[in-house]
Amino acid sequence: MNKLNSFNLKIPSRSANESFARVAVSAFVSQLDPTLEELSDIKTAVSEAVTNSIVHAYKNEIGSIYISAEIYENRSIKIRIRDTGCGIDDVTKALQPLFTTVGGERSGLGFSVMQSFMDYLKVSSKPGKGTTVIMKKALSLKI
Amino acid sequence: MSVSIVAKGEVVTAFLDGEIDHHTAAEIRTTIDEAVYEHKPTLLVLDFKNVSFMDSSGIGLVMGRYKTISELDGELAIINTSPCIGKVMRLAGMERLAKIGMEELANEQA
Ligand SMILES: Nc1ncnc2c1ncn2[C@@H]1O[C@H](COP(=O)(O)OP(=O)(O)OP(=O)(O)O)[C@@H](O)[C@H]1O
Ligand SMILES: [Mg+2]
Repeated sequence: MNKLNSFNLKIPSRSANESFARVAVSAFVSQLDPTLEELSDIKTAVSEAVTNSIVHAYKNEIGSIYISAEIYENRSIKIRIRDTGCGIDDVTKALQPLFTTVGGERSGLGFSVMQSFMDYLKVSSKPGKGTTVIMKKALSLKI
Repeated sequence: MSVSIVAKGEVVTAFLDGEIDHHTAAEIRTTIDEAVYEHKPTLLVLDFKNVSFMDSSGIGLVMGRYKTISELDGELAIINTSPCIGKVMRLAGMERLAKIGMEELANEQA
């Protein structure tokens, strides 16, 4: 599969960067001329992953979030969002809808959104080391 | 992000404007809850007409307002959601908690 383009971005885990991150990815994938719905799906999924790094991974600190994206000739997109925060003890459990380790107003639906808005989601995590989220989406073909 | 509140009779309407994420949710929550506790409405309407983005932090916000208004025995309505916002609402099953898209009803009572 032919890679057309890619980018890397490193941002501090400040909540103001949630919108920056999703807009950056959205601007990048716009090169493939996605539909409005596809673009919105991607923005929402990126926002979920970045927010998780901010809210969970770096709960009481500011750490780095690494975002990269690749676009391919067959109109597929691969996005990676990585932190070196607290990590997840049980990934299978964390992926379940409504599962949250935080009280207050978290719905526990972040991973469900990523799963249903993208075609592929893989979460790898090591407690104490950090978490990597990889998401893929195939854009509809242009006629 | 900004919120403007219109209280009329038994109805409080919150007009949301901008993007709802974890960064903006706290301020929206405070503004709406203050209005709800002040006016104690029987219907809280969240107007999403000018909301251009929402993720699961927005779901948390809507569920939280559902709790607030339910404690006062009031109801929640969600109106003017764009297709993209509607998709997030449906994934969260919000239609089980709130009246969604009842624009006429909200206007009638407002
Ligand atoms: N990057 C991360 N680092 C550490 N823990 C994480 C990370 N991402 C997710 N988690 C854990 O997985 C759980 C589920 O995440 P998910 O995004 O589905 O729900 P949430 O963030 O708790 O709530 P919501 O996203 O609906 O506001 C979190 O509560 C948290 O414990
Ligand atoms: Mg989350």
